[in-house]
Amino acid sequence: MSSPRKLSYSLAINEALCQMMELDPDVFLIGQGVKSPWYVGNTARGLLERFGESRVIDTPVSENGITGAAVGSAIAGMKPVLVHPRMDFMLYAMDPIINEAANWFYMNGGRTSVPIVFWGIINRGGEQAAQHSQALHAMFAHIPGLKVVMPSTPYDAKGLMVAAIRDDNPVVYIDDRWLYSFEDHVPEEIYEVPIGKATMRSRGSDVTVVASSYMAYLSEKAASTMAEKGVYAEVIDLRTIKPLDQELVLASVKKTGRLVVADGGWKSFGIAAEVEALVSEGAFSCMKSSPVRVALPDVPAPASTSLENAYYPTENDIINAVLHVI
Amino acid sequence: MRIRVFEESLVGPILSGEIRTPCHLYSGQEAVAVGFCAALSRYDYIFGNHRSHGHFLAKGGSLKDMAAEIYCRESGCSRGRGGSMHLTDPEVGMLGSAPIVAGTISLAVGAALAALIRGDGRVAVSFFGEGAAGEGVLYESLNFAALKKLPIIFACENNLYATHMPIRECRVDQPIRKVAEAFGISNYEVEGNDVLQVYDACRNAVENCRGRGGPVFLEFMTYRYRGHVGPDDNIQGLHTDIRPKEELEQWLAKDPIKKLESYLMEHRLMDEQEIQSIKEEVGKEISDAVKYAKTSPRPKPEELTNYVFA
Repeated sequence: MSSPRKLSYSLAINEALCQMMELDPDVFLIGQGVKSPWYVGNTARGLLERFGESRVIDTPVSENGITGAAVGSAIAGMKPVLVHPRMDFMLYAMDPIINEAANWFYMNGGRTSVPIVFWGIINRGGEQAAQHSQALHAMFAHIPGLKVVMPSTPYDAKGLMVAAIRDDNPVVYIDDRWLYSFEDHVPEEIYEVPIGKATMRSRGSDVTVVASSYMAYLSEKAASTMAEKGVYAEVIDLRTIKPLDQELVLASVKKTGRLVVADGGWKSFGIAAEVEALVSEGAFSCMKSSPVRVALPDVPAPASTSLENAYYPTENDIINAVLHVI
Repeated sequence: MRIRVFEESLVGPILSGEIRTPCHLYSGQEAVAVGFCAALSRYDYIFGNHRSHGHFLAKGGSLKDMAAEIYCRESGCSRGRGGSMHLTDPEVGMLGSAPIVAGTISLAVGAALAALIRGDGRVAVSFFGEGAAGEGVLYESLNFAALKKLPIIFACENNLYATHMPIRECRVDQPIRKVAEAFGISNYEVEGNDVLQVYDACRNAVENCRGRGGPVFLEFMTYRYRGHVGPDDNIQGLHTDIRPKEELEQWLAKDPIKKLESYLMEHRLMDEQEIQSIKEEVGKEISDAVKYAKTSPRPKPEELTNYVFA
């Protein structure tokens, strides 16, 4: 038997898009730079040639208007995948995302779904500074009516994109360019990773480490390093940050009694704070020590490499946090 | 006529507090929605704004469902979750309305994009007020619609006031339709209080869109008799103190319903008796709808989280 096929994270997204567009004529890709690898890496490779300009729509720089148009097409029954190749620019589109798409189903009494994927790419590092580096997932997770997914592996990147496209309601799909070159086994057939389900990346009884996206990768790495020293961390990759898989997080913390949350967003009012609140409400009596957040300091992203190195959390930061709670 | 009588039937309940949802009454502008929707098919799409009772009814939405929504009842078109500013009836192409100024313009562009991708011949209409011309998304939408030759009609209802602000205080260049010229979009000014002129202009615009001729911008000159929200007429000297009394009187003299009535009688298409019997019929239909709304139950508190998926 041949070994399972490997695919990079970005090509896993590409395959999900291609297969879903093949399967369903209502699915289309729209956004700035879908023709250009400079914007979207190789995630859109071959799509234009295969599906033509009516379903692979490169757009002017008009985030608000184009996002609104994608939402409107979804209200009219299409299934757009709208890409914002840098999520910083997505702030221009908060009105159609929040006021319209997130609220639409509720404020119309469940009459019309908005089956859209808002795909936002985190594109940071490289001295790009404050407006080219932001991870804004917590802002979206705050809004009722938006699901938010953040895959950390190629397998999940494909499975969550498929699930997001199939979902009847708006899903914010957030990936990180730092993950794009990672390779992993990715099945060739169409499959879904269920939205709302976390997964355990490593088992352990000493401490629970909850993370997502790139931080889940770092946490898993930290767990292997620590295992060599006899500290066993249970790493939970949230995969979906809203709705949060409360069950898996609580079950693990009830077992370990210790918690570190590693998040790629800012520390205050973010996902890490939310997970800690969940644990203090749901597993307070099981806690053996105070939990610790590993996240970005409450500072805009800097340019200079010396400051970037101090800004972005590392594997060591996770290890130190674990050593602190045990 | 249904729109006028219905809108005016809301005045008492709003004043008494029986209706609390903010109602932006359409009285005075009826010819725009009625003339426009007469030029559309049931399958064409429209999006409204905060002042959309008229759009909803003209597109064929159920009067009972709308009345129940304005009374915030479970039987309303949005099941009491939306109120006056969120009216929808997808089955007749009324895809929705929303009060974020200009927020639905890009949605209508998207509906037109859906029609283009599917090649189904539908046309999308975005109704917005002249105040929306202050929002950047209008210009993004005009550009994209022109670029892709989308089958959309931008319907600007210029009632001369953006909430409390007279248009001359909002912009230096008064004819709003001219903004479309920068994008190569054909644009026309239409006498918005004359339903027949509205119909003719819209029929031409719809034909242009169906023939893949690209978007059209229509600016309808009209006037609302009531204030921005609620029944207050904003006359100067009263507490809201906005409009000169003479201005309102001038527009009342150009009332779109009276105008049509005299046209019908002049051309012997209807006599006074027939018009009277229509009025009676409409009155009965509206009192039935209001009765239905008032006797419908409100949504149950335990169903607060229905229609929430994340």
